[in-house]
Amino acid sequence: MFPKPIEKQPRAAQITYQAMLPLALLLWLGPLLAVALFSVKPAADFTNANYWGMPSSFEGAFNYGQVFFNSDMPRYLLNSFLITVPTVIGAVALSCMTGFALGIYKFKSNLWIFFMFVAGNFVPFQILMVPVRDLTLQLGLYNTKTGLVLFHIAFQTGFCTLFMRNFIRALPFELIEAARVEGISEWRIFWYVVLPLMKPAIAALSVLIFTFIWNDYFWAVVLTQGAESQPVTAGITSFNAQFRAAYQLMSAGSIVAALPPVAMFFLMQKHFIAGLTLGAVK
Amino acid sequence: MTAAVDAPEQESWFHRNQQRIAPWLFLAPGLLFFMVYVIIPVFQSFNLSLYEWDGLGAAEYVGFRNYEDLYWELYDRDAFYISLKNNLIWLILYLAAIPAGLFIALFLNQTVWGIRLYKSLFFFPFVISQVVVGLVFTWFYDPTFGLLNEFLGFFGLGPLNVLGDERFVTYGIIFAGLWPQTAYCMILYLTGLNAVDPEQIEAGRLDGAKSWRMLWHIILPQLRPATFIAFVVTIIGALRSFDLISIMTQGGPFGSSRVLAYYMFEVALSEYGFRMGYGAAIAVILFLIMLCFIAYFLWSMYREEKGH
Amino acid sequence: MHSMFKRTAVALAASVALAAPVAAELTGELRIFLDTSNPAPRATMEAMIERFAAEHPGLEIETTVIDREAYKTQIRNFLTADTPDVATWYAANRMKPYVEAGLFEDVSDLWAEPEIADNLASTKGAMTIDGKQWGVPYTYYQWGVYYRKDIFDELDLTEPTTWEEELANCQKIVDSGRACYTIGTKFLWTAGGWFDYLNMRTNGFDFHNQLANGEISWEDDRVKQTFANWKQLIDMGAFIDNHQTYSWQEALPFMVNGEAAAYLMGNFAVAPLREAGLSDDQIDFYQFVAINPDVELAEDAPTDTFHIPANASNKEAAREFLRFAVSADEQTEINNGANLGQLPVNAQSAVDEDKFLQQGFAMLSSNSPGGVAQFWDRDAPAEMAKASMEGFQEFMVKPDNADRILAKLERARQRIYDN
Repeated sequence: MFPKPIEKQPRAAQITYQAMLPLALLLWLGPLLAVALFSVKPAADFTNANYWGMPSSFEGAFNYGQVFFNSDMPRYLLNSFLITVPTVIGAVALSCMTGFALGIYKFKSNLWIFFMFVAGNFVPFQILMVPVRDLTLQLGLYNTKTGLVLFHIAFQTGFCTLFMRNFIRALPFELIEAARVEGISEWRIFWYVVLPLMKPAIAALSVLIFTFIWNDYFWAVVLTQGAESQPVTAGITSFNAQFRAAYQLMSAGSIVAALPPVAMFFLMQKHFIAGLTLGAVK
Repeated sequence: MTAAVDAPEQESWFHRNQQRIAPWLFLAPGLLFFMVYVIIPVFQSFNLSLYEWDGLGAAEYVGFRNYEDLYWELYDRDAFYISLKNNLIWLILYLAAIPAGLFIALFLNQTVWGIRLYKSLFFFPFVISQVVVGLVFTWFYDPTFGLLNEFLGFFGLGPLNVLGDERFVTYGIIFAGLWPQTAYCMILYLTGLNAVDPEQIEAGRLDGAKSWRMLWHIILPQLRPATFIAFVVTIIGALRSFDLISIMTQGGPFGSSRVLAYYMFEVALSEYGFRMGYGAAIAVILFLIMLCFIAYFLWSMYREEKGH
Repeated sequence: MHSMFKRTAVALAASVALAAPVAAELTGELRIFLDTSNPAPRATMEAMIERFAAEHPGLEIETTVIDREAYKTQIRNFLTADTPDVATWYAANRMKPYVEAGLFEDVSDLWAEPEIADNLASTKGAMTIDGKQWGVPYTYYQWGVYYRKDIFDELDLTEPTTWEEELANCQKIVDSGRACYTIGTKFLWTAGGWFDYLNMRTNGFDFHNQLANGEISWEDDRVKQTFANWKQLIDMGAFIDNHQTYSWQEALPFMVNGEAAAYLMGNFAVAPLREAGLSDDQIDFYQFVAINPDVELAEDAPTDTFHIPANASNKEAAREFLRFAVSADEQTEINNGANLGQLPVNAQSAVDEDKFLQQGFAMLSSNSPGGVAQFWDRDAPAEMAKASMEGFQEFMVKPDNADRILAKLERARQRIYDN
């Protein structure tokens, strides 16, 4: 293990380390803790310039109540879910198939198609912006959740294919050979042999895509514009316009908007990290 | 494929060619989506960059005039020059996330009580939306109540209006961006460190290698895959920087924090924008810059594939 | 009295309708898109539409309210697809792209009707492009200096009318440890307001218009004079620090807390100032001072408008709605203090008793001989507006860069108007 395990070091070093951990964390999360502090302060603290002292009264319930019952925030959150969940399902479904096709079969253009997915995954959003916006308008899907979902599925398929293909590559190929010898159709091999083995990859990818899509801001701004379809990342700017200079509410709103992917991360941490680091160690 | 059961002749043909046809059937939906929404739009943007179009009437073909205008902006040190310059600053400084991430990963790579929770909490910034990160740092820098000025005031320095000063604004935003990016690199390295071969470390220790030499000669070479991924995601992240700028400054003050990604959006879709062709030309330039890195990345992958 | 007006209006409308061979009763669907998304304006507009519906029971009216900011980009989509019959927008150059793209209906016929021609004459210019009218206004509001009367009293100041008085006042305010003006230029347009006034007062309305139309060089000495005047204020510390980081709302607390004495703003600033706890004894209004005695005073008074999209399906009902919206009664009603709290466009309407509206109305009707401008970002083409307002913001932070900024704007002018 590197660096040297702390247990094997002098007692003083151990204590210093143990003391430094919370300090470092405090420093690291400082800006975020500040927002959390803001979100439980009463409005009066801001007019009285009591920004960093203790809250003169604890108004957390009131502030968060405002966010949930007196703004469009619940609607934005719902939109985010209605955009994120179908995207995760769609992108994972498509990429299971593309990943299977590229990971199992040997054909001439295999590597080129694979590289196309990988390269497409890295293009700057801006080069897609105008054509995708026009396409969405023509389909009559501008400012709808469906329009956003379709694009997200298509774009995420690039990354997901990279992920799935590499995962399938690492599976024991003999299993598939054996199935073929048995005369099992390719579809059944995919469904009954490979898919069950892909469960960890599917879990990891789902968590990852959930976070990516939840946090998307650019496409939300380009393809939607009203409370009826905007996800929370874009909605929070309207929310902030509504409560301009009401820092306690803007803070509470930000915390609420940030919470779902954080919760997702904590619940599914193992899968999340497995997903992120696939390929980082081999 | 189940339908084929009803037609025996076809089935046999299908059976014979199953291995050749199956991959295309599996690819079809994903490929179709990806073509329509990603590949074709890239070419459409290239085409559009030769037109002048306000998104309303008919597009007018102008040849390379959009690029000519960009050249003059570069020459006059206008918005395009500033965007390009800032993109370069982003690219260079954003890479700091890699050593910073490595440093934190090394710091946390211990087995003391509660370390798992610490690791999760350190990773926190990465899962938060950049929009929220932008808001958090806007307040952090706020000239009247920001934590930064409280902090500087403690040392008798400041006050500083980071986001209102064209000398600091880009650095201020990059610093905000480094926060989640460092967390990302940290997690890559933490996982990488798990896989470092303990025997080599022991051998190094027996040779009397000190920490720095050990890190450089034994650990880092083994972390190469992690470094590579960290490099790729950091470069892409730097060139995609849009959310933070949009939230924190809208490219201001007086356009000094623009980058290509934001400038393109501003020109094409903002309140005073709607010059689609011009925006497309900026996007093409950004794409070409990105293409250098994409090509490098694909080349590395290609070599690895061939090596297998 | 009121009902008589209504009857005349209906009679007039009917007499015009008779000219065309149509039935008197309106039928079908009428779809109205509104950008009045703030609570009070929204309720006002919905109430007005209800009154209109009551007069036309055969009409099926569908109203869609869109967020004001989102509307600015969405209008491009709905004018071409899924088009409503009536849509709100802004006057002058702001409507030009849509007029030129053939997306707004020519409503010159409405403006030929005496009811509109006589009573809305003052706004006709702002609605005219290529000699035709493309919509009708429904409200407008004055700009000017809103100031803390209690601070003025404390420092023994009176409302200035000349540049010298203005500078003298400001010096005293600065000496008392305050800024003369609060402003938040993060979103740029607030600086456009300052430029409008300084340039109109230095060089006059016509010059200002020519500049907006790209007919005058930004490096012209007269433009430089405007910036020199502006610099006087900046150099003496008239404006709050760090204004480039604030929105116009975030700049309000400086005035509320007494750190700044005044705000050059549109009348919509009054409501949030009152909400923040300032009483009408504490806030007052004065017209922006004269600078060059040789030019006539001209004001900013942005006008919000109704248009009929060219692709609308029920244009007949839409026209009737436009007539209704500008009628004297409706104008009195929707602009009163309880509703929009702005100024009616119809000369026969009554202006609300509110002291700011009264002052604004008096100023615009009798003390603005030079003309009425819409606002910089509505008068200048979008691209030039954006580039120039960015320049104004930079100038307000770094006044010494004036020459470089003006050279840059001149380059932008040559590129933008050349196309």
